Amino acid sequence: MRPAGTRHLPFGAALRDAGLAALIAAGLFLPMVGLRTDVDPNGALYLRTRWTDVLLLMAIVFAGRFLMRLWQEWKAGRQGPSLGKRFAGPLSRSGRLAAPALLLFAVLLPAIPGIGRYELDLGILVLTYVMLGWGLNIVVGLAGLLDLGYVAFYAVGAYSYALLAQNFGLSFWVCLPLAGILAAFWGVLLGFPVLRLRGDYLAIVTLGFGEIIRLVLLNWVSLTGGPNGIAGIPRPTFFGLSFSLGGGPGTFAGFFGLEPSPTHRVVFLYYLILALALLTNWVTLRLRRQPLGRAWEAMREDEIACRSLGINITVTKLTAFALGAMFGGFAGAFFATRQAFISPESFTFIESAIILAIVVLGGLGSQLGVAIAALVLIGGFEVFRDLQEWRMLVFGGAMVLIMIWKPRGLVGSRTPSVALGERRTISAAMVAEGRG
Amino acid sequence: MSAPLLEIRDVSTFYGAVEALKGVSLTVAPGEIVTLIGANGAGKSTLLMTICGDPRARAGRVIFDGQDITEQPTHRIVRGGIAQSPEGRRVFPRMSVHENLLMGAQSSGINPAPGLEQVFTLFPRLKEREAQRAGTLSGGEQQMLAIARALMAQPRLLLLDEPSLGLAPLVSRQIFQAIRRLNAETGLTVLLVEQNANQALRLAHRGYVLVTGRITLSGTGRELLARPEVRDAYLGGH
Ligand SMILES: Nc1ncnc2c1ncn2[C@@H]1O[C@H](COP(=O)(O)OP(=O)(O)OP(=O)(O)O)[C@@H](O)[C@H]1O
Ligand SMILES: [Mg+2]
Repeated sequence: MRPAGTRHLPFGAALRDAGLAALIAAGLFLPMVGLRTDVDPNGALYLRTRWTDVLLLMAIVFAGRFLMRLWQEWKAGRQGPSLGKRFAGPLSRSGRLAAPALLLFAVLLPAIPGIGRYELDLGILVLTYVMLGWGLNIVVGLAGLLDLGYVAFYAVGAYSYALLAQNFGLSFWVCLPLAGILAAFWGVLLGFPVLRLRGDYLAIVTLGFGEIIRLVLLNWVSLTGGPNGIAGIPRPTFFGLSFSLGGGPGTFAGFFGLEPSPTHRVVFLYYLILALALLTNWVTLRLRRQPLGRAWEAMREDEIACRSLGINITVTKLTAFALGAMFGGFAGAFFATRQAFISPESFTFIESAIILAIVVLGGLGSQLGVAIAALVLIGGFEVFRDLQEWRMLVFGGAMVLIMIWKPRGLVGSRTPSVALGERRTISAAMVAEGRG
Repeated sequence: MSAPLLEIRDVSTFYGAVEALKGVSLTVAPGEIVTLIGANGAGKSTLLMTICGDPRARAGRVIFDGQDITEQPTHRIVRGGIAQSPEGRRVFPRMSVHENLLMGAQSSGINPAPGLEQVFTLFPRLKEREAQRAGTLSGGEQQMLAIARALMAQPRLLLLDEPSLGLAPLVSRQIFQAIRRLNAETGLTVLLVEQNANQALRLAHRGYVLVTGRITLSGTGRELLARPEVRDAYLGGH
């Protein structure tokens, strides 16, 4: 902290505020941390108390809250009253550069020296979540339908690919659209019963739907292999060329006369998921400028007004569910071909929660925000892997910090889908034509 | 008298077991401005919403331009030429004025360009604010936008629910003037719900008084203005 000599800072208010936060922390941590049941050497349960840990946690909360308040006041005093505006400005301006820069980085990543297999695998993971985030963004961010079971469509896509490829010997490129269509079909199926639901009720039903799909996969052993999952899922080919290490004429390395290397497949998978993610983004951006996308956003803003304008709410909702689900299905098919093994364990609620967190942190509806949030969250998970059980704490703390710093998500401002500057010049030209 | 554009015959609407409209009948002729006045909770908004099929009439018929539209889905009704500016404006706050207007033309699938030109001549203020988010407009501007958005569908019948709600007298007069102009210049038929009975009855050709779900009085605007029961109940001693 800068010394506060130049400006009067409300220490009293900050102290009171921090004290209150510490009290709340005490309420939470006393039972959660302070009391712990342990087993003594004789095998009997006993209650262990950890008051010092509670005090430590309270002190951390107190100090954190106190510093945060002072920092906010100091910033506000220095820069004028509107904190939110100050952040919105530079980020949305630099946003115009950030998107192409990120894209360039993503395209060039495999060529950057020092980028090895580990980094590429991490890149694939991040891009998978970027794609899932963009897919869910259609449902939650644009159409405003809170979906807590998105992972179900990811699972449908993955199992569709695995079963179709194994039982019918279909190639990845045939299965990919099929997986998307099947997932979209399930999206519509989910959409029908929830047409009349909104907000928290919708969230509960979609949550249940996600669990139902997982439980079916877990228990329908004859089809899905149950908890054992499906192994030996065919890997993707490059226009019919496999990535096996044999180096024969039918392989990628053999055809191009390269030294066979496992990296080829990783690079190929990387570009595959990058292309799929960009497809999701492109479709979303296109649709936002069209009547359907505009209707999604209008429905998010005010469903009753939409009705009074004659918008067909049924069609609008179902298309949002179907399209979001389809991209989830694509991502699932990719996941299956990349892992070569899937089981219900990969499709638990926590996945839905992470994808939703990416969308919300990204600032509901912002494409760039979703990409950054996926990078921060999934990359962050990886970076803090060494922290082991502390990882979730760091993760939660980071989320809280982001929500304090930018309550509307990383990229919280919405840009209109119609650029008026352009339209004005066009209409001016038309007027001139008509008169001339 | 020419065939009515809108005819409502003995319509009853229920919210659960509560009967909000108890056999309402009224007609609106082409080119007319008809106003519906009544106290809070009389069922005025319910009547306008019932015309659009949401909620649906449980008994009676709604006939628009000779066609029975009672059972038609809402989007079909709106496509057929009825547009509504709902109570409380309900603009899309995070979308721009321009996008809000486009939403109005969307369901009928018509080209928005002529509609935009029309509403911008009617409300030049909206033209200045075209790129602004609708949620940051003033109350009066939002009301203008709500009416303009309904007009974008190029309707034959415009339903307006309390367009002067919460507006300063000067602004509400501007809105009423715009309605009069629309009616005079394009022959647009208007069914207007108002609390501001004085202004509404002066503007309208005819009016109806709705009391707890029933029509109790009807007549020309001037007739109703002269009725003592209307003066006492709705004009506040004017
Ligand atoms: N969605 C609803 N569910 C249940 N009851 C409703 C609903 N909407 C309206 N009502 C009831 O129906 C009656 C008529 O309401 P309506 O909104 O039509 O009145 P109004 O004449 O428009 O009143 P105001 O001038 O206050 O807008 C009221 O008693 C109201 O409580
Ligand atoms: Mg009302």
